[in-house]
Amino acid sequence: MLGEKATDEVCDDFLRRHGLDKPIPVQFVVYMKEILQGDFGRSFRFSLPVTEILMQRLPITVELAIAALLISMLVGIPLGILSAVKHNSWVDVLTMLWANIGVSMPVFWLGLMLAYIFALALKDTPFQLPPSGRLSPGLIPIPFYEVWNMNVTEGTTTFTILDFLSRMNILNGFLSRDFDLIKDATTHLILPALALGTIPMALIARMARSSMLEVLGQDYIRTARAKGLRYRTVIIKHAFRNALLPLVTVIGLSFGGLLGGAVLTETVFNLSGVGRILYEAITARDYGIVQAFTVVIAVFFVALNLIVDISYAYLDPRIRLN
Amino acid sequence: MAKNKQANARLDVEGMSLQSLSLWNITLRRLLRRKSAVIGLVIIGILIMVALTAQWLAPYDPLKSMLDIQGYSGSIEKRLPPCIHMLGCPADEPQHILGLDGNIRDEFSRLLYGSRLSLMVGFATVTFAIIIGTVLGALGGYLGGWVDNVIMRVMDVLLAFPSLLLAIAIVTVLGPGLINALLAIGIVSIPAYARVVRASVLSVREMDYVSATRALGGNTYEILFKRILPNALTPLIVQGTLGIATAILDAAALSFLGLGAQPPTPEWGSMLGAERNQVFTAPHLVFYPGFMIMLTVLAFNLIGDGLRDALDPRLGHAS
Repeated sequence: MLGEKATDEVCDDFLRRHGLDKPIPVQFVVYMKEILQGDFGRSFRFSLPVTEILMQRLPITVELAIAALLISMLVGIPLGILSAVKHNSWVDVLTMLWANIGVSMPVFWLGLMLAYIFALALKDTPFQLPPSGRLSPGLIPIPFYEVWNMNVTEGTTTFTILDFLSRMNILNGFLSRDFDLIKDATTHLILPALALGTIPMALIARMARSSMLEVLGQDYIRTARAKGLRYRTVIIKHAFRNALLPLVTVIGLSFGGLLGGAVLTETVFNLSGVGRILYEAITARDYGIVQAFTVVIAVFFVALNLIVDISYAYLDPRIRLN
Repeated sequence: MAKNKQANARLDVEGMSLQSLSLWNITLRRLLRRKSAVIGLVIIGILIMVALTAQWLAPYDPLKSMLDIQGYSGSIEKRLPPCIHMLGCPADEPQHILGLDGNIRDEFSRLLYGSRLSLMVGFATVTFAIIIGTVLGALGGYLGGWVDNVIMRVMDVLLAFPSLLLAIAIVTVLGPGLINALLAIGIVSIPAYARVVRASVLSVREMDYVSATRALGGNTYEILFKRILPNALTPLIVQGTLGIATAILDAAALSFLGLGAQPPTPEWGSMLGAERNQVFTAPHLVFYPGFMIMLTVLAFNLIGDGLRDALDPRLGHAS
């Protein structure tokens, strides 16, 4: 970091400035104190506060992950239900074939192939999509708080939150009614989201199918049919609600896979999100960033598991939270 | 009356021993009845054959640039698209079924050799993870108390991170390279096996036949390895087969990022990673390695799913 020719004085000075001359336990206590105050230290590589980097990069990955999960849920759940209802039909066979292939595809390969198909093979057709980046060159989004003429000063918590939100291009587009921005950001987001969402999509479709199959064989489904309810009502109101529990678990757990997949997706599509910066930080041994993201990921996971557990009680009244 | 009862009891014992002897037979028969599992088995069979005979099947040396080979002069360029004589490629051009890569090497030969690495990666990491995971899980489940607590909390910590990110971190500490990548993926996948084994051990530990062995003077080793662990075998096999698929995917991802196999090793992930910026000019160099990864992973997934169904006693089988 200081170069091979750095003198002892320079090294000592560096250590003192970063508090690395103190014993490890003392360093740890200082670090924990600062974390509780929202200060994750500085990145050695960028010479910037880690929190600032986190706030810049996180929106990109959050946007990508939400889009991927939306795609996977919107496609996976109906496919799973359909193949359970039409068990052993060609729909079922095709869906399960697709689900099996989906979990077996390397994310980076799928991303590159999608980029090839939609950016080159379908060039000059309405289906052409950009293969990299978040926005077309030259398009600079105006944060919605500036469009709204809000009076916020840089450095305050309100500003940090507003800035964080405004960095999610599509959300920013909606808030500032900039429809060109929405369109451009969406076309850039489709391919990465599709690449990242395929594995969870396959997992969700499989889980939706198997739990629907289990529920459809129950007596109360036959009762509901026997009392003359419409088939669609029975499927949606009686069967699907009871099949939701394992589905929620899979969706919650697939968030973890999304973060790992984000490293690869962001590499393929040239996005500078959390996955990419974390990979770069790990390989460059930029410990400030690695530690901060470790804490964030761990907190995120715990929170996610908690949400999944709480949702059980909401979905199944028989489960009580004690 | 008493004689009859005795005969019945003996019949029961024989029935049980017959069944336990042919468990693998039944499993195999059930497995072969599933079309998808058979497809998986065929693919893996072919891949193993290819891996074993790669040096005879491959038309060229996977590591050698065509520039060094006599008869190639001037006209040869890197990243040439596939040239197959049967499909109308002029006969005076040398035949390369899948074209040439960025270093003017025969892509087809490299793909063939790549199957060796991928299969090795899969089997090696899973074997490593199963051995360590089984020991940890068995110790935790059997001994209980603080040993169990310590082991399972460490496993929880490993599970709390996305496996690929954890593997990247471990490789960074160890340094990039295929062996270190294998080690990283192996370590990351230990918790899954430890949990499976621990769960089986916990459910079997209090069984009467374990108490019987203990009463007969069996030591801990005998109880653990001869009485308890065989009962944990079926879930381990299913988990292991699916684990091979994940291991191959993760290893390919690490190599793609440049942390796994190093050039010029013909590994599918690193072949793909090396040419990823050429996807628009030479798509064949990206398509084929990725397709091979997908095919291999798919085959192991199909077998794993088939095994799970075949070994699941809850599913009724009219066999």
